[in-house]
Amino acid sequence: MTETIVIAEIVKGAVHPTTAELITAAHALGSQPVVVVPCADASVADGAAQFSGAARVLAAKSDVFSNYDAAGWASALDAVAPAGVIITSASPQSKDLAARLAARRGISVVQDVVQIEGGNLTSPIYSGKAMQTVSLSGNAVVTVRPNIFAPAGNDGSNDVSVVDTTGNIATAVQEFMARASTRIDVAEANIIISGGRGMGTPANFTHLEAIADTLGAAVGASRAAVDTWDEIPHSMQVGQTGKTVNPNLYIAVGISGAIQHLAGMRSSKYIVAINKDADAPIFQHADYGIVATWEEALPILQSTLSAMMA
Amino acid sequence: MANIIVLVKQVPDTNARIVLSGDRVDLSAVKKVMSPYDEFAVENALQHREASGGEVTAITVGGSGADKVLKDAKAIGVDHIVRIDCDTHLDSNALQTILASVISTLGGEVVYCGKSAADTGAGSTGPGVAERLGWASVSNTTSVTFGDQLSVVTPSSGGNARVNVPLPAVISCDKGNIKVRKPNVKGIMQAKKAQVDVRSVDAPASTVSVVAHSMPPAKPAGKSYQGGAAAAEVAQLLRDEANVI
Repeated sequence: MTETIVIAEIVKGAVHPTTAELITAAHALGSQPVVVVPCADASVADGAAQFSGAARVLAAKSDVFSNYDAAGWASALDAVAPAGVIITSASPQSKDLAARLAARRGISVVQDVVQIEGGNLTSPIYSGKAMQTVSLSGNAVVTVRPNIFAPAGNDGSNDVSVVDTTGNIATAVQEFMARASTRIDVAEANIIISGGRGMGTPANFTHLEAIADTLGAAVGASRAAVDTWDEIPHSMQVGQTGKTVNPNLYIAVGISGAIQHLAGMRSSKYIVAINKDADAPIFQHADYGIVATWEEALPILQSTLSAMMA
Repeated sequence: MANIIVLVKQVPDTNARIVLSGDRVDLSAVKKVMSPYDEFAVENALQHREASGGEVTAITVGGSGADKVLKDAKAIGVDHIVRIDCDTHLDSNALQTILASVISTLGGEVVYCGKSAADTGAGSTGPGVAERLGWASVSNTTSVTFGDQLSVVTPSSGGNARVNVPLPAVISCDKGNIKVRKPNVKGIMQAKKAQVDVRSVDAPASTVSVVAHSMPPAKPAGKSYQGGAAAAEVAQLLRDEANVI
């Protein structure tokens, strides 16, 4: 049986719920995983104690984990994680960590897995235009896309053992620069509302921001919008040369659905499209398509959502 | 003076339609281009050379068909072009091993690459090569400032972090705000005449094998509505049917 190890996803110093999905992925590969929690303070690992389906929880404790450094994290985790197939989230940081950890162990990494069947792993390639299924003949590090696997339950009571570790930090953070906006970033959001050139002017993005604030969502943009308007920064861009996102809900407003935009958001769980052009390609990917101008649809969407969330 | 390496990869044009032939993708009719993020890596490598002096070597892995991506890099301004000759599928362990080997042989001091290649989207090569070389690495950088050590900007929870990176290091580049330079006529002429330094390196056996390629599962047709008033119903469905709000 394949030994599996889940590296808990750490966001803002806490075990992220995505970790429960990684446990399900480990079971799909054939075993109850050891859950390793990278932490500077061992109490962080208590956040993994309740997961069902884990063999045990290991708090890997080190000051190295105070700030992210790929070399430091990989060496400190390598020192304590058992041999086996290691599973991490396919978040940007964990993909980077996974690649370094695999290289450290002289094994391969398989990124962005969305399906595990009969020991074979499937990931999107060509930005999701095709899928690639691979088999493993040996240990590997596997990253799993969020919002794909059902999360393991929360009625476990795992023992948490603490093991001290250390690693070689290679880089030094000089400063953190908080985003000017307090709104969540598209890369981190469960709900995203994005605007395209169909919004007419960048000032009209305030209508998207209002809905985003109602939903606790991020505001994204198409490449066309980013390229056209200086007011719309590249950090908002979703697509092949922007960010690849995988939220529960993606609302595309005034976005036609160019292939490079679809590449960045097509694996969203639910997609809503609002566009005045009934032939816009985005509608072929929408769970809910509304053929209307944003001027017509957004005020109604806003007022309905506000009433629902009140 | 710095010995600067940039890794480049030839990929299908991102606007190309991908088709299958049997259970493998068929790229025979697809135009090939330099992976878009690699363009930012080349630009950073050239700016590094301008800041500190030295030379830039572009490396790719592939068969002779991949020479074109090296000539493209040469036309933009790199000094040397190296192809590691290989026409078979390599897993990340095999690929990174041969890249690290050649980078060591060439005496590289800093490596730039794209944050991910447009075909696999994996983003494993930069950090993986760095680990094999025992170097620092930072991925998804949106800005690089050159000096005895590098100062880069990379996304961090809630914003960005400015990070000091001692050399040697591998930097995996996101788009950021830099404008990439385009080849001029002189560069294109020089690239035509440039010799590709072809190297052979033994790769370890791959332990990840491709079983099949397939098309993404077709999404069932969604619900469609005419007119903005439908937004009210869609909002209800998002809560009651999709359970996403």
